[in-house]
Amino acid sequence: MSNFEYASAPESKAIANIATSYGLFIGGKFVDPRKGKSFETINPATEEVLSKIGYADKLDVDLAVKSARSAFTKVWSKTPAKERGKYLYRIARILQERAREFAVVETLDNGKPIRESRDTDIPLAAAHFFYHAGWADKLEYAGFGNKPKPVGVVGQIIPWNFPLLMLAWKIAPALAAGNTVVLKPAETTPLTALLFAQVCQQAGLPEGVVNIITGDGITGAALVNHPDINKVAFTGSTEVGKAIARSISATNKSATLELGGKAANLVFEDAAIDEAVEGIVNGIFFNQGHVCCAGSRLLVQENVADEILEKLKARMSLIRVGDPMDKNTDLGAINSKEQLKRIHEITKSGDAEGANRWSPECKLPSKGFWYPPTIFTGVSQSHRIAREEIFGPVLSVLTFRTPAEGIEKANNTMYGLSAGIWSDKGAKILWAAKQLKAGVIWSNTFNKFDPASPFGGYKESGWGREGGRHGLSGYLKSDMKASK
Amino acid sequence: MSRIDVNKTYKLFIGGTFPRSESGRVYEIKGANKKFIANPALASRKDLRDAVVAAKSAGSGWANATAFNRGQILYRIAEIMQGRSEQFIDEICLLEGVSNKVAKLQVEEAIDTWVWYSGWCDKLSSVSGSQNQVSGPFYNFTTPEALGVVAVFAESKPSLLGVVRTLAPVIAAGNSAVLIASESYPLPAITLSEVLATSDLPAGVVNVLTGKVSELAPWVGSHMEIDGVDVAGLSKKQEDEIKLVGADNLKRIHRFSTTNHPERILSFMEHKTIWHPIGI
Repeated sequence: MSNFEYASAPESKAIANIATSYGLFIGGKFVDPRKGKSFETINPATEEVLSKIGYADKLDVDLAVKSARSAFTKVWSKTPAKERGKYLYRIARILQERAREFAVVETLDNGKPIRESRDTDIPLAAAHFFYHAGWADKLEYAGFGNKPKPVGVVGQIIPWNFPLLMLAWKIAPALAAGNTVVLKPAETTPLTALLFAQVCQQAGLPEGVVNIITGDGITGAALVNHPDINKVAFTGSTEVGKAIARSISATNKSATLELGGKAANLVFEDAAIDEAVEGIVNGIFFNQGHVCCAGSRLLVQENVADEILEKLKARMSLIRVGDPMDKNTDLGAINSKEQLKRIHEITKSGDAEGANRWSPECKLPSKGFWYPPTIFTGVSQSHRIAREEIFGPVLSVLTFRTPAEGIEKANNTMYGLSAGIWSDKGAKILWAAKQLKAGVIWSNTFNKFDPASPFGGYKESGWGREGGRHGLSGYLKSDMKASK
Repeated sequence: MSRIDVNKTYKLFIGGTFPRSESGRVYEIKGANKKFIANPALASRKDLRDAVVAAKSAGSGWANATAFNRGQILYRIAEIMQGRSEQFIDEICLLEGVSNKVAKLQVEEAIDTWVWYSGWCDKLSSVSGSQNQVSGPFYNFTTPEALGVVAVFAESKPSLLGVVRTLAPVIAAGNSAVLIASESYPLPAITLSEVLATSDLPAGVVNVLTGKVSELAPWVGSHMEIDGVDVAGLSKKQEDEIKLVGADNLKRIHRFSTTNHPERILSFMEHKTIWHPIGI
């Protein structure tokens, strides 16, 4: 080992102040679920129980939707747009004030490195509220007609990979556009959403504008199928997204769906190699690869493949895997036992189908859920590891000879969420960006997010966009769409 | 003895040619006066699949043509239609049983609809794209792009305008289309395809099928190479069914009001956002 080992630099848990149990947030108050059921949320890095969380069943979902409907009709739709915006500004500010606390709770509940929750998740979540706060009283200038109207009550379901950030992506535009919401955080990461409920109280947000119900897939289905919601906003797997599309097919509900991906990260022979290697690492190992837009298929032009792989392996050997609360940690815990099982299952298919696995030597903690940074070479397009979303720190490496072949392989997927391009030639980048069938293209960078930048997929990666001017349209009624 | 008219055989329009249905089936169309007009083709599932193959292969050429070029071709369609106005008027009168004057107004509006959408082709990015002010040293912009293959169920009436106002926005976006004509009023759609065939529109960009809508709709819904559907000509029940099976590949399925509007174009487009660092 090198002589320059990092000393551990742990963030303190003390600031977290997690309650032993949480109820559901309905009508501006924390209430116990009707049937008193609850489940535990654990720290995936230690398997310690963090808190007991209320389990919302159909009855509770109904109460939450009623609360949102009443707030929509009686309060929020009558609140002047300017004041709506000011509530969102307040929320943004409180998130900034409590950023450290939120970062710690996010890391404890999710397993992601504190560096990422501190530097990415929480600041971006606050930025989303700040950005959308400004839209609230400017909607008539957004290009969706002179008198844009909210959709109504929105049911929102978010995943566990960026718990607070996904909440911000959902709630900020919904509220800015004048809707009220019932949001269900993921079963394994409910804590920051419940903390956010407290933020709503601190901000004096009218009761019922935001309702947060915790539970599992059954809770989510009850929300989607509730007859009095006007729209579903979902981020999660393509499989569940399709199920939602089916279950609302005979209704007047609209939907935005942010689903899976299998992004190609294309490295051309004229790329700046060292930068590309950094980008590949960031593309797949950011957030343990629990990223729908992760650059999980590396496509390298054949003549630079050996050089890239050698440097990539050297760089991967420096990735620090371990305690998410350590500020030096690069790769934290896998979010849950189920997800770890899924990663094992699909990577084993990579071994069985003849791809070559490589991981740097790294010691994994004995408790918690862990997976080492891994690459597979010798991958062919038909391998499961090249087709299915792994949602873990696992990179499949393929090669191409000509730019046209690279594009062909990149587009050979049912997904179309994101893609990366590495080249020093401007014309080639723009050419490739045009050919790639994906909603977000990162050229000479990867995994960048911003509230002003629309995000969302082509093909089976979903419906609609989130963020930017385009993201607003999903929360506004269209005059042009004939209702049934 | 008076002269015997030379009647037209109404066929399908697939990949720029006018084939009969591979199934050999036809069905009878009568005019408003209950008299026989034609035996158009009763398209089969195989005809639909052929049409999708044609649309798919025409797709990238049309989507990658310059927007100015697409605009000119849509305008050309209007020009050619103008010259064939009388034929459309006659057909509408015969089918719908309306007066010559009413039919003429419909044809004029259909022509003007092509002109209106023609002008949109090269303005979509300006209106619906953006350069996004992200918080960092990045150039970040969003532009709309064609969705792919869109199936269009034309409205029954008005028989010509119902075709044009659903079809024009779809191809203005750069998509290729499979148009399923109205079951009871299919003839203007076929005559329109004769216009399309002579308007420099690349073969396969528009394909026209006639037949039983209830037979074709489920196959449209489950076809994995169809990316979007305008359900104007479907019943609510058929729309629900197509949405249910269409979820298998997350088809973009829309029903619009009858107004001409850029949203009709943009609903069949995808927005792509591109990031690039700024620096030396």
